[in-house]
Order: sequence, then structure tokens, then C-alpha cells
Amino acid sequence: MSKVRVATIWLDGCSGCHMSFLDMDERLIELAELIDVVYSPYVDAKEFPTNVDLTIVEGALSTDHDLKMIKKIRKNSKKILALGDCAITGNISALKNLFGTEAVLKKGYFDLVDFNESGEYPSKMVPKLLDKVIPLNEAVDIDFFVPGCPTPADAIYEVIKGILENREVDISKLTRFGK
Amino acid sequence: MIKDKVRVKTFKIDDVAVTGRSDSTILEVAKEHGIHIPTLCYLEGLSCVGACRMCIVEIKGSSKLIPSCTAKIKEDMEVITNSSRLIKHRKMILSMIFAERTHTCSVCVSNGHCELQSQATDIGLEHSLVPYIHKGFDVDASHKEYVYDPNRCILCTRCVRVCSEVEGAHALDILGRGISAKIIHDMDEPWSTSESCTSCGKCVQVCPTGALFEKGASATEMVKKKSIVTNLIQARKNK
Amino acid sequence: MIESLEELLAHALKKKESEKNSHEELRVCIGSSCASLGADELKKGLKTKVKDENLDKQCSVKGVGCNGLCSAAIMVSHYDKEKELETIYGGVEQNDIDDLVGIIKDKSSLENKKCDMNEPFFTKQKKIVLENAGVIDPDDIDDYIAHGGYIALFTALEEMRPEDIINEVKVSGLRGRGGGGYPTGLKWETVAKVESNQKYIVCNGDEGDPGAFMDRAVMEADPHKIIEGMALCAYACGADKGYIYVRAEYPEAVKKLNKAIKQARNNGILGNQIANSGFNFDLEVRLGGGAFVCGEATALVTSIEGNRGQPRQKPPHLSNSGLWGEPTILNNVETFANIAPIIKNGGEWYSSMGTKNSTGTKVFALTGNIKNTGLVEVPMGITLRELIYDIGGGVTDDKPLKAIQTGGPSGGCIPEELLDIKVDYDSLKEVGSIMGSGGLIVMDENSNMLEVARFFMEFSKDESCGKCVPCRVGTTELTNLLDKFVKKEASKSDFQLLKDMCEVVKESSLCGLGQAAPNPVLSTIKYFENEYLEGIKDD
Repeated sequence: MSKVRVATIWLDGCSGCHMSFLDMDERLIELAELIDVVYSPYVDAKEFPTNVDLTIVEGALSTDHDLKMIKKIRKNSKKILALGDCAITGNISALKNLFGTEAVLKKGYFDLVDFNESGEYPSKMVPKLLDKVIPLNEAVDIDFFVPGCPTPADAIYEVIKGILENREVDISKLTRFGK
Repeated sequence: MIKDKVRVKTFKIDDVAVTGRSDSTILEVAKEHGIHIPTLCYLEGLSCVGACRMCIVEIKGSSKLIPSCTAKIKEDMEVITNSSRLIKHRKMILSMIFAERTHTCSVCVSNGHCELQSQATDIGLEHSLVPYIHKGFDVDASHKEYVYDPNRCILCTRCVRVCSEVEGAHALDILGRGISAKIIHDMDEPWSTSESCTSCGKCVQVCPTGALFEKGASATEMVKKKSIVTNLIQARKNK
Repeated sequence: MIESLEELLAHALKKKESEKNSHEELRVCIGSSCASLGADELKKGLKTKVKDENLDKQCSVKGVGCNGLCSAAIMVSHYDKEKELETIYGGVEQNDIDDLVGIIKDKSSLENKKCDMNEPFFTKQKKIVLENAGVIDPDDIDDYIAHGGYIALFTALEEMRPEDIINEVKVSGLRGRGGGGYPTGLKWETVAKVESNQKYIVCNGDEGDPGAFMDRAVMEADPHKIIEGMALCAYACGADKGYIYVRAEYPEAVKKLNKAIKQARNNGILGNQIANSGFNFDLEVRLGGGAFVCGEATALVTSIEGNRGQPRQKPPHLSNSGLWGEPTILNNVETFANIAPIIKNGGEWYSSMGTKNSTGTKVFALTGNIKNTGLVEVPMGITLRELIYDIGGGVTDDKPLKAIQTGGPSGGCIPEELLDIKVDYDSLKEVGSIMGSGGLIVMDENSNMLEVARFFMEFSKDESCGKCVPCRVGTTELTNLLDKFVKKEASKSDFQLLKDMCEVVKESSLCGLGQAAPNPVLSTIKYFENEYLEGIKDD
């Protein structure tokens, strides 16, 4: 049997959920028998591959790059799993919605800096901020939602096993918003 | 006002035969019989406003959905509390509450002790079905002991009711309409300058979320003590 | 003080006697549309001119309430009392005063502004609620009495038992004109049967639907008719106190009502021992603060009590626990305006008009892309086509009609192909709209139905009180979602979400505002689904 092609990515998140993923410890070895990680911060792939069976996405959508990325992911993946509160609710990333993009940029590039040579917001090399931070499911269809901040390793393990074995998992005992 | 004589009525909730005093609500009788109906704005002893719509139920023979906290029982009625239609509605309603303001559990002092949060776990809502609105408000931390963060408020008005009905101060009320509606102190003044607030803290104890909380308490300490209020109400009733 | 029917009739006679030398009347419409074009000034100028020419003995000049054809403001009508002949002139301006006076001498004056009285706009209407609008001076109780006013009340107090009145109203088949269509007689009977020392009668004049102005016209043109209807209701149900709740945006109506109440009190028609019968009844006007939701029964009552105008869950219904917890009857302006004619002419007379389940007449406010903008009163059961093409004169610039909207933000859009349905409570409901209070907006082919749906949803969003979740959040969510469709940025799943949310808001909101808010969306989805599909972008 060929291995399941899995990708992981973090968009606007803190990487905490990826840390949690690693916290599966020895169970990673068990999973490694079943999956191939074809794209991830853990591996050295530059381009998001085609033909992915499952993509695990951490983080919310905050920039035009995030938006482009999630659409590409949707196109190239059979299933998408939204991992953690940022991907599902916007969470911390979305707190800036309370003030607006303009105010956040002003704070970051003018109010709090010692100097800003150009006197402008950076427009090259960094992606453009969206007007609002949104969770993944407001941009594309999502197949699985596993909340948590960060999602506990046990929950990640149970869910991935469930997906691989094609059975439903009740995650309410394992995680919730904010856990 | 007309007062009916109190009688006992027999009816069914989820096919279980139950009895209740004729002046009770469906929710009260369900609770007496250990049948769980989700609630948010309801608090035992306070007046019922039917605002959150989580406790809606169906009555056999009617297509209407009614809030069980305000609906009085009727002889021979057949109440359904958990049809797929009700669950669908509740999920959507709960989504709407989550989407309206900024309920960021991970940084909330009530994380782990929040009725909104546990409601999501109970009915299996792992993501909002509706887009986030994230309506923003200013936080009022002017009071020496308590903080009011409208961004975590679900407008259940328990605080308004407890202040008016139990404490008798009516320091709190609502300002504005629609999603701009907001709980205010006196005439929308900072909490610390409210002249009618007695600083009794009942509003904080009945708040289901982290919208009202004690200063200096950590997330593990900030457990709301609703029983302070419900016991007080009960004690007054028994007097 | 008028203390009996006999005295009332004598009073009417005296008024007629005092005008016996005047054989003609020039009636200047001072309804809101005409007033905004300077009808008051015109009336004053006309009065002076008539006096200057020594014609004031022969012809009286008076201000009257809305004549109906608001698109032809300012309207002036000439009435020949002997021949009982009314000639209406439309689009009259200040510099037409000389020509208007000329009519008194020579009927061919101002021929170019004469309205054709054989037009269906005039011939197809049936005026009961508006019978005095454009005829009597609303500031003059004597004029109302001279036109048969308060006869019903005095006859009832002298000759009828309360249950007789309720019976007539039941026989008439009158249903609530505020939009709900609840049988009025049944409502009254319920309250009449409830035992209580205190009951209240409340008139809902909070008309808030965009495009609706029927109640305003009645309050401004014929305030005494509302007072009479409420007094009859109070007598029938055993109430002695009433409130007329009027939105503050209707200052003229408030002025007219207050004046009418004062005049009625001075004549012994309101107060204690009315017509020496032992029946006491008094009225007060209460102003609404501009919230649409205060047109909802429980919110209105809460607002009169002096609290934040928010609805509460029913039951208990107002008939058991209304104003200050007492049994209360709440009817809207038009409903009360139907009462005196019903009592005067009998319930059967009323039920002979209209259809079996929707008797009598209904006032509509025609607006939008229609030639004859204004107020019309038609028998129930008339087809929408007659209403729009005959009475309304058709679509502006003869463009093809696309849809009509009835019932305001709680109603729906009816497409052109259903124009032959009858105007009655049940037929309109069947096609997904409602009778509502009577606003009727005509839309031509250029109208974008998504924008129509969005407009009404935004209205509901702005007017949601914020008490219950589905309405508070749902109307905002739906407005945002409709925005995406208007901008053609929606996705396929947005369409499903739109429908799902409509269902939840409709079925689980607390009051009528929320429950009805999705109607404009649902009816446009039903008949104009294409436009929604065009709002979805390919991805």
C-alpha cells in the first residue's frame, strides 16, 4: 500500500500547533509508517506539491499571500484539516480586526520604531495585509476542524489516525477552543 | 392581573412522561426531570427574557420553535428538545454568538470556565458556520475591582437583571441597537464613576463569559460563583 | 357639551345651517405631499383672494387631509354642494390663485389642470377609511360631526350593548390592518371576556415600513374617526383609558390628534359619563422615539410604559397581559378607522365588500415606478393588475413591470407573472409576501432584485433592537452576505449559507421583526433565483 501524501503549513499562526504535532513523540514513528510528509516546515520542499491527500493548515489568513496559498492548497489537496484556533476562528491573529489593518501597520512601522528610513510601509518582499483576518473556512471549503490553542498532541494523533482509518472521531473530549 | 389556580399538569418531554405545576415553564420541568436543554441567558431566579434562543424546543403538532425558558407547560403537550432541526438551529445561533464579537478563548480569563465555550463543546460546534463580524468595543477597566470587556459580551443581560432584580440598583442597562447594542453603567459612564453601582459584584458572578471579571485573577482562579446569587434568591423566597 | 344622539344631530344641523349661504367649497389638500409644496400658503392666499372678491359668503375655503393622488400635488378640489359634484385640480401652484377663484365664477377656468374624474383612479376606488380625507377639515370637530361623525358612538352608547358592538365587528369580518390580519372581533371578544378592573385600548400609529404612509394620512385627515373607533372599542371591551402611539416623525399627525382629542373632550365625547351613559373614556397621545421595532405589539406597549422599546416573548398575549400587565387591545390606525362605519352601517354591509376571508377595503400607498403615486383605497379582492395598471396608471415611462413589493421589510416581492392574483390576506401569503400595512412599491425592469433584498435586510439590521441573537447577528450576517451577491463576489457555499441563515432567523427570532426579516430575501430567491446565481463568481 502506498503511503498517504500529507502536507503541513503554517500561515498566520505562532507555530504552536506544529510544536504540538512534534509532541506526538514516539507516535510520530508510527505515523511515519503510514504517511509521507511531502511539504512542511519540517521538510525542505520549496513548492507546494500537487496531488496531496491531506494538508494540515495552522494559522489564519492575514495576507494576500495566505489567500493565494490556501486556494492553491485547496486545488492541490484532496482533504484539508484546519488545525488550531487561528485556522478555525482567527484567534490571536484576528485580534487586530478590533483595530483595523491601518492602525496595526501604523503602530508597527511608525509608533513603535526608532527609525523608519523610507517613511512608508514596506511594499516589497512582504505580502500585503488583508482588510480583515479571516479563518480558513471563509475562503475555501474545509474538511476537518480540530480546535485548540495549541491543539494538544493527543487530539492531533487521534484525528490523523481517524482520517487514515476512515472513521469519525469525537474530539470533544480531547480538545476545544482555547485548550 | 388574573391569577390562575395552580394545578398539576402531565405531559411529555422527549417521549418521557413528566408532571409539573401549571405555572412552571418547560425548562423548569425539564430540569426537575434531569432532561438537559442548553441555555445561556437563563439564570435560575432571574426573570426570563428568551433572548439567546438556545433553549428553543419543538411542540408536536406545531411548526413553531419556542424558547422553553418562557413557555408555560400545557396538559398533554409533547415537547421535543433535541431534533436534528433544533440542533441545526442551535449550532447556527451559537455560531452567530461566536462570530459577533471577539471571543478569543486562548487569551480569555474565563478560558475553561466559560458557559459559551462549554456550550460549543456540548453541542459539538468546532467552527463557526457564519463569517466573523468581530465588532469591536472599548474595554472599561476603570472600576477598582472589576473589568468590563464588551468584546466578550453576549448580551444575555443576566448582569442587567441581577443588578435590577436582586441588588435593586439597576446600575446597568443596554445602549444602542442591533450589533451595536452594549451594556452600559448609568448613562454610559466609566464604571468607576457610576453612582448607582454598589460594587456588589453580582453582575460579575452571573456573567457567563469573560465579559465581566475580577481584576488580578488568573484564568484558573476566575471561576464564576453563580451560586452566591442563586442561593440568595432562594433564601429570599424561603423567607 | 353633547350629551345625547339628539343633541349630536342638532349640532350637525347647526353647523350646516351656519353654512347654508355658501354653496361651494374650495378644498385645499394640506396633506404632507401638498404641504411640502406650500399648500398652507396657497390656502391662505386663496382665502384672502376669495374675500377680496367678495365671494366668501358663497364659497368657503378650507384645508383638508390627503386627497390621495400625491403625485399631482398640490391638489385643490371644487365642491358644488347642491349638485354634490366634486372637481379636482392637480399640480396647482401659487400663481394659480386667480384662476382658482375664477372657478367660482366660471367653471371652465383652469381647465388644463382639471383631473378627469372618470379615470379609474377615481372610479375604481371604494372609500370607507378615507371617506372624509380630502373632504373635511381635520381641525374642526364640527365638520366631522356634520359629515355624520360620532353618530355611531352615540347610537352605540344609547342603543347597543357592548356585546352587540363586538358582534357587528365579528360579522363584518374585519381583520387587523396592521399586517397580521388577526380577526378584530375575536381580539375584542377575548379582552371583553377577561375579568379585570383595568383594561387599555391602544392605537398603533407607529407606521414604519419604508414606502408606507396610509396611517399618517388617516391621522392627519380624519383624526376624529380614530377617536370614535377607539371609544367604540373601549365601550365594547370595558376599558376606560386609551393611548395613541404615534412616531415622532409624524409631527403633523400628532398635532392633529392632540387637537382632536381636546375638541372631543370639550364636547363631552371623551371624558366621564359620555352621553350620560356611565361610560368613561379618555385618550392620550404617546410619541415613539423612532425605532421601527416599536411597531411590534409588545415593544410598543413596553415603550408606552416608559421602558426601552424591546419586544418580549409571547405568550402572554396583550389580551391577557399588556400595558402595565393589564388586558390590552392593540389595533392599528386603519383598523380603528373602519369601526365607526361598521357600527353605523352594520357588519353585513362591510362583509358584502371584498372576499370571503378578507372583507371590506384596504388602503394602499402606491410608490416606486408608478404613475399615480399616492394613497388609494380599494375593495379587497381586486387584482394587483387592476391596482397597478388601472388605478395606478401603470409603470412610469411605460416600462415593463418587473415586480411589486408589498409589506415592507416583512413582506416579499411578487413577480409580474403573478399580477392577476387577488389582493387579500391569504392570496398574498400564498405567493410568499404579506398584505402588511399596505405599502406597495412598484419596480420596473431596471430594478435589481438583489439590491432590493439588500435594502430591506439592511433596514431590518439597522432596526433590530439587539435583544435576541438570530435577529441581532443574523440580519447583519445576511446584509454582509447579500453585499457579496450584489458585488458578484459570492461563492456557491454562500448561497447555501444565505438560505440556511434565512431559515434560522425566520424560525428562531423572538419577535415579528426578526421572524419576517428574511422574507424579502426568500421571495426574491423564489422568483428571481437567476439574479442570485449571477452574483456568484466562478472560482
